[in-house]
Amino acid sequence: MGKFVIPVGPQHPALEEPESFSLMLEGERVAAANVTLGYNHRGIEKACESRTYIQDIYLLERICGICSHAHSTCYVQTVEDVAGLEVPKRALYIRSLIGELERVHSHLLWLGIAGHEIGFESLFMYSWKDREVVMDILELLTGNRVNYGMNTVGGVRRDITPEQAQDVLKALVILEEKTKYYIQLANEEVTLIDRLQGVGRLSKEDVLKYGATGPVMRAAGVSRDIRKDDPYAAYGELDFEVITDTHADVLGRTVVRVKELMESYKMIRQILKQMPDGPITVRAPKKIPAGEAVSRYEAPRGEDIHYLRSDGTDKPDRVKVRAPTLANLAAISNMLEGGYLADVPIVIAAIDPCFSCTDRAIKVVNASGGESMFDWEGLRRYSIDWYRKQGIDMKGTKLSRGED
Amino acid sequence: MKKTGKIVPLLLNMLFRKPNTMKYPYEKATVQKNFRGKLKYDAEKCIGCGICSRVCPAGAIEIEKIGDKKFKAIVYLDRCIYCGQCAESCPKKALENTEEFELASLSKDELKVEI
Repeated sequence: MGKFVIPVGPQHPALEEPESFSLMLEGERVAAANVTLGYNHRGIEKACESRTYIQDIYLLERICGICSHAHSTCYVQTVEDVAGLEVPKRALYIRSLIGELERVHSHLLWLGIAGHEIGFESLFMYSWKDREVVMDILELLTGNRVNYGMNTVGGVRRDITPEQAQDVLKALVILEEKTKYYIQLANEEVTLIDRLQGVGRLSKEDVLKYGATGPVMRAAGVSRDIRKDDPYAAYGELDFEVITDTHADVLGRTVVRVKELMESYKMIRQILKQMPDGPITVRAPKKIPAGEAVSRYEAPRGEDIHYLRSDGTDKPDRVKVRAPTLANLAAISNMLEGGYLADVPIVIAAIDPCFSCTDRAIKVVNASGGESMFDWEGLRRYSIDWYRKQGIDMKGTKLSRGED
Repeated sequence: MKKTGKIVPLLLNMLFRKPNTMKYPYEKATVQKNFRGKLKYDAEKCIGCGICSRVCPAGAIEIEKIGDKKFKAIVYLDRCIYCGQCAESCPKKALENTEEFELASLSKDELKVEI
């Protein structure tokens, strides 16, 4: 049997950190997978050094369009730490509120993408339809659907009015009902389970060894969550559970994410109920005293870390960002190895990388020197067709056996 | 119970509803209240301190002196990231975000506007 090497990328940034995959194939199985980083360096960290602390909030918010609040909160926390600012309680609650709403929209988005990658288009359409509910709420509260601009050094920029809180609660009722349906779907729909179970396995030992984070880690039964372990914002005063699962595969990651949605709704209710009155911001100095700080944040994709070193001027001396996808990337070759080529799209999608860039060309090079091209859509098509041949069909079986 | 076709009742139900998508731009899209859209400038209130252009993360706004205590504001719509920091930092509240968001243009020159 000939060995094939399939380079995926480098102009295929499946993550906010772009990368190149090289897949060594033995027949249908992936024998080895390599990941190379560093093709789409944007220089954001360096750019931060020539902007003021306030301007950096908006720059860092744009690292990722999906978890923009995660990055900006994580950054302002470092600045507040160095400056020794005591952020008002109300501001902390509002930060947590936006953070949880962001998690809801991110997880619903992921559910749709996962459905799309396995050919379950109805799931994709409906979860994205439901996601619009939370996007409208975010726009109502912050003034924009993405890049909310809610944080400032020393607090938040907008207050939540009682009417807005009522609107959030109304939206939660709809979202909760839909999410219960998705949980049922993930637990009962046989085609979905057949397609996801045992795919992209990453055992508990490997999770700890490679330092995977977020839902990938919790799906392997490791109960770690920054919101619980190192509470920031208002999480120390909220009652919630860390969702874990024992599947340790893509199905487990799906179950963890949909169940986390329910925890988020619970937290949003508590936040709106417990939110104290008072100011939403404290006056922050323009020049931040010299010092350094590290801050951690549980983004929808996992642990986000920001480091800041200041030198007493109005601009930071150094800003360092470690986005959660980078941590999960170390484990991706382990997840892909031993699996089928047809599982590659869903395994990569299951760590919830950012498909923000456009070029998704995949080149198939065989040992004799011949080449063929696969773009991302082609690989997805191949994966759906391959599974259809194995008898797992997201379309046909459903309609023929659906109503029995 | 584990079986296939869990989603079929939902699909059948949806067949009898009208589409969830909107025929934009034939239908007018609305934004929520407090949306951060195109900037509005009140020349009467402006004192020409230039804080807005100093805080802007994108270098999108310029204040020019056109006479004695008279100023005009120039905004580059292509650079503006609609964060609203200028409106927030303005000591005289001469700037504010409107709900206008349809600002695309085929020419870059048209994106440099006096507001």
